[in-house]
Amino acid sequence: MIDKRVADPEAAVDGVADGATVMIGGFGEAGSPIELIHALIDHGASGLTVVNNNTGSGEVGLAALIRAGRVARMICSYPRSANSTVFPELYRSGRTELELVPQGTLAERIRAGGAGIPGFYTPTAVGTELAEGREHREFDGRNHVLEHALTADLALIKARRADRHGNLVYNMTARNFSPLMAMAAATTVVQAAEVVSPGEIDPEAVVTPGIFVDRVVHVASPAHESDLVERGVTYP
Amino acid sequence: MTSAPIGLSREQMAARAAQDITDGSYVNLGIGMPEMIAQFIPEEIEVILHTENGLLGMGPSPVAGDGDPELINAGKRQVTALPGASYFHHADSFAMIRGGHLDLCVLGALEVAANGDLANWSTGGDSVPAVGGAMDLVSGVKAVYVMTSHCTRDGTPKLVESCTYPLTGVGVVDRIYTDLAVVEVGPDGFEVIDLTEGITFDEVAARTDGPIRDARSTEVQR
Repeated sequence: MIDKRVADPEAAVDGVADGATVMIGGFGEAGSPIELIHALIDHGASGLTVVNNNTGSGEVGLAALIRAGRVARMICSYPRSANSTVFPELYRSGRTELELVPQGTLAERIRAGGAGIPGFYTPTAVGTELAEGREHREFDGRNHVLEHALTADLALIKARRADRHGNLVYNMTARNFSPLMAMAAATTVVQAAEVVSPGEIDPEAVVTPGIFVDRVVHVASPAHESDLVERGVTYP
Repeated sequence: MTSAPIGLSREQMAARAAQDITDGSYVNLGIGMPEMIAQFIPEEIEVILHTENGLLGMGPSPVAGDGDPELINAGKRQVTALPGASYFHHADSFAMIRGGHLDLCVLGALEVAANGDLANWSTGGDSVPAVGGAMDLVSGVKAVYVMTSHCTRDGTPKLVESCTYPLTGVGVVDRIYTDLAVVEVGPDGFEVIDLTEGITFDEVAARTDGPIRDARSTEVQR
């Protein structure tokens, strides 16, 4: 029998090693698996490379993980936020490295990683400083830059609904990078607001098939980052 | 260099750009000023708005208290989904962009060069660099328009011979909507195709740092 459910967020992030690469779903607060990120902070793993589109806001979730000094390197497209100075301060002081990637290239690198494609060529960023010093190749008279796939040891993602096989449905624009990250990580951990029996999710509506998921934890009422920030909550 | 403000307000610029959006097109509006175009799209045409974080059929902001933090746009503001909308993941969203499926994007700019180079993501220096989806949009969307004030607050032209800020893309801009004019990027530089009422071509040319001609007639300037 396949049952990917685990008891709590602590069990969900068990086994993460120092220096691991961790993909974290979400675009801004939409889809950010805050409870799993807080469990990762409690776990204590450090020297992490984190892949996320942004760098969090306030001092909860991803911003709290960064503030706790656990992130050696961020791979992201937009490391700025209206209400967080956590990443900029660590970046300027040289304590956190940044690999800046155009958003579509970031998504495609993760997708490629999950699909067994080691690299691909794209015209995005050609002629800009983000493509400097990289391998270029012309296709049909247009210049392209080689991009390498991204994979991870762990992905932390948030779904609206899951079953014990790991089949997932997301919530509106909270889907964003999560289906790609689920494919690209050796271990994919999902927090789901609802956990149902197999068959209760229409197979036509499954967005992430369970084969890409390793652990499912039920988080019935996930916190919203903006709500926590507004209330001045910090973690831990 | 400039004294009293002349030209269109931000809302008027958005309304002017909205006039040129065609019925049935799929459009991505950049964060900030270009987003304002949405409210001026004529009711008699149907335009589908794309936001790169995974929504086609984006509607206006929700009424206060009715929003959902998991239904947002690329600027991370709460929005609505119109009837016929769809949600999708980031690889699909950027396949729409990079695969040439979107008809138009309208972006902000720090500088646009006379050959269509765009700089809009980094002022260099000390700030944390952040690119988002700008480089993907300019490399993949069929038509790339820019909406920007013609000059910076201190009067420095933003339409320039060549960009001084880091580039977003090379030769990518098709058309620019400013407070003073609508300007296309042609083979020999900037081409003014429309002037704001009350603005002369000479006033536009004086505030432009690059080859510019009046394409409303055949008269060549500079």
